[in-house]
Amino acid sequence: MAKRKILGTVGVNILVWILSIILITPLILILINSLKTSEAAAYMNLSLPQSIEFSNFLTVIKKGKLDTAFVNSLIYSVFSVLLCTLTSSMAAFVLSRNRSRANKIIYFVIVLGITMPINFIALMKVMQFLQIVNTRIGIILLYSSTQTPFNVFLIYSFLGKIPREIDEAAVVDGCSPLRLYFSIILPLLKPVLITVMVLTFLNTWNEYVLPLYYLGNTDYWPMTEAVYNFFGMYFKYWNLICADIVLTSLPVIIVYLLGQKYIVSGMTAGAVKG
Amino acid sequence: MPARRIYPIYFLFGTLVLYGVLYLLPGIIGIGYSFTDWSAYSDKINFLGFGHMFDNYIKAFSVDERYLGYLGNTLLFTFVTTIAKNALGLALAVLLTKRIKLLNFHRSVIYIPAVLSAIVVGLTFRSVLNPADGLLNTFLRNFGIEGPQWLTDPKLAIWSVMAVDTWKGMGYIMTIFIAGIMSISSTYYEAADLDGAGAWQKFKSITLPMLMPTITVTTVLNVIYGLRVFDTVYALTNGGPGYATEVLYTGIYKEFGYGRYAMGTTLSSIMFVFMVIVGYLLIRAMNRNEVEE
Repeated sequence: MAKRKILGTVGVNILVWILSIILITPLILILINSLKTSEAAAYMNLSLPQSIEFSNFLTVIKKGKLDTAFVNSLIYSVFSVLLCTLTSSMAAFVLSRNRSRANKIIYFVIVLGITMPINFIALMKVMQFLQIVNTRIGIILLYSSTQTPFNVFLIYSFLGKIPREIDEAAVVDGCSPLRLYFSIILPLLKPVLITVMVLTFLNTWNEYVLPLYYLGNTDYWPMTEAVYNFFGMYFKYWNLICADIVLTSLPVIIVYLLGQKYIVSGMTAGAVKG
Repeated sequence: MPARRIYPIYFLFGTLVLYGVLYLLPGIIGIGYSFTDWSAYSDKINFLGFGHMFDNYIKAFSVDERYLGYLGNTLLFTFVTTIAKNALGLALAVLLTKRIKLLNFHRSVIYIPAVLSAIVVGLTFRSVLNPADGLLNTFLRNFGIEGPQWLTDPKLAIWSVMAVDTWKGMGYIMTIFIAGIMSISSTYYEAADLDGAGAWQKFKSITLPMLMPTITVTTVLNVIYGLRVFDTVYALTNGGPGYATEVLYTGIYKEFGYGRYAMGTTLSSIMFVFMVIVGYLLIRAMNRNEVEE
């Protein structure tokens, strides 16, 4: 029995290693080939590069306009994170604390957005009316808007754990609503806000559809549009495409590794509670 | 002090403007536009008239048009990926809650595809699935098997797309299942051990029933994702070969590209109405659970 158990444990460990390796192989493939010459990368196999070509990265940055794309992605992600976190948390605070009939309906309609799809074509009409098609501010507003339902939902659930007595005590002490919110509630929301910020950052960085519809000007393109467009132009140079993929993915992998704990807590928040 | 004073309405303004104008409003006026002839070829948008107001919808569901195929592909994609991600995610979660060395390393490795952009994943698998010198067919050649045209065979392409999407998405579902399994009290398993239950029996009689609420959630997440899928399909096949992998949202983008705005907004509206009903029932059901607790 004991022997069988040890064998079982070893077996499970081996099985997990095999699975991990199979599942990560496509990404290893990209990494290896991003360092090869274009002749060597033409076969896209797992053999190690003869010589390490770091110059691939410089080439893609120049040819693929990755420097502007990186700055664009960074601007969009940072501003969407700030805007959406602020507006969603303020709304969630009021909706969770003052459960009037109207507020309940508003919360319901916002959370409905988690399943509700966007009508991209009619949205074009709205964007044209507001004159924000093809503008940086327009795309930031759009990113913030699409992240709103889930963020409000997450923060609203978290607020249930913060006692209302805190608000009342603060108000008795003469706190204005804005001060109550910014100096008392916001610090208490820190764990959920970090989750919201990490998720919004990742989603915005990876977003592809919205710029496809609403950013025609290539100078405004984020990393995702840049990498796809680069693939269209240099589809024979897999070393460069791989280098481009690596550079596009690096920021999200770093953010993921740093914020892992918060991502998991956000993704499982509603799930386990039911 | 009245609640309205402590929790002022202007706190809602930012969200109401963002969500109301850029999310809700397009969905609603989109339904209005679906009864018109809106297109890129004319500056005027005309109502189709009461006798013909549902013409776009009739076209969407007509067997003579391609749109029914888009709907079919979307449903097939949603159905298959939901089952595959649930099954594989659950299997991985069961495996990765056992006593394993470097547990967190393995979990992170399996999760990583989920944080990458679907466009990047699509491009990666365009290489892996390349019939001539892609990694998969090169690997199969070692065993004397000549692999098929994964992405250009009209019958096979949608299955390849679904497989890639499952590869990308199952780590996320696994993570949710891991949290679910960890929340099951170990006393159940100890009692089962005393009764001499085997691993399969424990899984069938404890893990699975206790995970039912989690399975509901992952199913809902997968269905919402599947019905709205765009990036993965766009990057892998862009709906091709022909229209073999065209799903609703890649189809809508093409209608947009061709300037057939009314048809695009009609397809969007079908999804909009359907998903609003699904969402409504879902939130109602979840609220009821909370009350019962």
